Amino acid sequence: MRNAFADELTKLGDSDPRLVLLSGDIGNRLFDKFRAAHPARFYNCGVAEQNMTGVAAGMAMTGMRPITYTIAPFVTTRCLEQIRTDICYHDLPVMVVAVGGGLSYAGLGPTHHACEDIAFLRAIPNMTVICPGDAWEVRAAMRAALQQDKPVYMRIGKRGEPKVHTDTPAEFAIGKALTVAEGSDVCLLSTGTMLPEAVEAAHLLAQDGVSAQVVSCHTVKPLDHDFLADAMLRFRLVATIEEHSLIGGFGAAVAEWMVDIGSMPRGFLRFGTPDAFFKRSGEQEYAREVLGLRGHQIAARVLNSLR
Amino acid sequence: MTAQDELELLQRAAARLRGRVIAMSHAAGSAHLASSLSCCDIVAAAYWGVCRIEPQRPEDPLRDRFILSKGHAATALYAALAYRGFFPESLLDTYCQDGGLLAEHPPARTLPGVEAATGSLGHGLPIGIGMALAGRMRGERFRVFALLSDGENNEGSVWEAAMFAAAHKLENVCVIVDYNKWQATARSNETLQLVPLREKWEAFGWHAIEADGHDIGALARLMRAVPDGSGKPRAIIAHTVKGKGVSFMEDDNNWHYRAPTAEEVVLAHKELGLA
Repeated sequence: MRNAFADELTKLGDSDPRLVLLSGDIGNRLFDKFRAAHPARFYNCGVAEQNMTGVAAGMAMTGMRPITYTIAPFVTTRCLEQIRTDICYHDLPVMVVAVGGGLSYAGLGPTHHACEDIAFLRAIPNMTVICPGDAWEVRAAMRAALQQDKPVYMRIGKRGEPKVHTDTPAEFAIGKALTVAEGSDVCLLSTGTMLPEAVEAAHLLAQDGVSAQVVSCHTVKPLDHDFLADAMLRFRLVATIEEHSLIGGFGAAVAEWMVDIGSMPRGFLRFGTPDAFFKRSGEQEYAREVLGLRGHQIAARVLNSLR
Repeated sequence: MTAQDELELLQRAAARLRGRVIAMSHAAGSAHLASSLSCCDIVAAAYWGVCRIEPQRPEDPLRDRFILSKGHAATALYAALAYRGFFPESLLDTYCQDGGLLAEHPPARTLPGVEAATGSLGHGLPIGIGMALAGRMRGERFRVFALLSDGENNEGSVWEAAMFAAAHKLENVCVIVDYNKWQATARSNETLQLVPLREKWEAFGWHAIEADGHDIGALARLMRAVPDGSGKPRAIIAHTVKGKGVSFMEDDNNWHYRAPTAEEVVLAHKELGLA
């Protein structure tokens, strides 16, 4: 995902002279092409995320389209007030891009995990929250985000995640759920890098005779209310899937919305991380397994719920 | 205009600002009066003597930017913007009133001339540096002035910004520290040690100069000299007196939160030669 980000950034930088990349001393060599093509529009802001975010706001006030980029907890919670007050209160076109969303960097320990960022950022007025499902969605999301001239938070994984799409999805639009596979019994609503796990779950469910629709809900804010309302009626069970805390994340956003409109699906499950720091060593796949977030675990829990 | 004429103009502007912020604090019962009084000379120097601004074109991309990073001195900014013609003076009467546009801290994108919403300390300088960098990228030669309080120097983001501006040799950025030796509830140097403040800014790569923060002519000269060809951003450590201009408010930190009575407004205006 981060390679797709860097590559798409270089392309977008070619066509938009307002685009500036601010990096928090991260991405060694990742941005070499961007820097070669646009040396005056790359700033390594050092390990100083509050300043980086404020600088981005000031640049945006002066007509530029800055992107701030570093590891998820540092580009979000470390400088949350700058995101809230400098970027969002002024409603500025800054893209905050987090690499290593969720448990992407599980092995680096909880200092580098980010399972609360969606909750923090979606609470801020004017902020759009996008969690692309694969590298192709990263590219599509970047193009769409630059078009809308508003604050955007984009949460991506690391590198080498399985691709779900085969090209940039032409129908990608901010705030619109993207159906990856049609189904009729259950609806798996995935956000962010959990999309391949949702695809795997659907595959396993099919073997048990359950038809699952897989949807990439890449935009957590604003939610696609039309799609959700339809899904609540059509499916026996709706599940939200995310690599983020069950407190305040995508599943919580969907649940809040259901309560507000007074409509519930026949069955509703939320998959996410618990209210606890993940303190054991081990990589992302291991962490997901421990937390019940692998495709086979999702399929098993869905099946159990249908019985 | 002779130098003497200009000095008198600046002094008159500062006195008018002081008179107005006292009246506004009284009318609204609002805090931070002493913080506003301490920076009126700096604000007057900026708006009447230094900044290249046209009130009729508040969004002019080539304008100089003045950021009141110590947003709690909003009354001084509001009065300066109104007196310079960015918005009608009558708006000042709506300060802190229900449904008004003039809150206790400067708002985002609602009032002409307010460059950035401030009030949370340590935000104005990074924003100003972003503006200055963007300007340099586009070949625009405007300057950015950021007025910080001494207490604001507590914030780590100020020093992040200081190192960043020095690394990028942003000589069109100027910080003015309103060094009145007080923060909200205590002496600033007894809270977090600022001394030696000029040397700190210098060590962070700035061209740092100490000045009398009430010598309005000197302030204007120091600010006008930006950029100075040194390749460094400029920091003016302006020694000030909190509550300056009113004998019974000067250096009395109770006026960080107290608002004056009607009688005190009359006394203060008399001292300022406004009665």
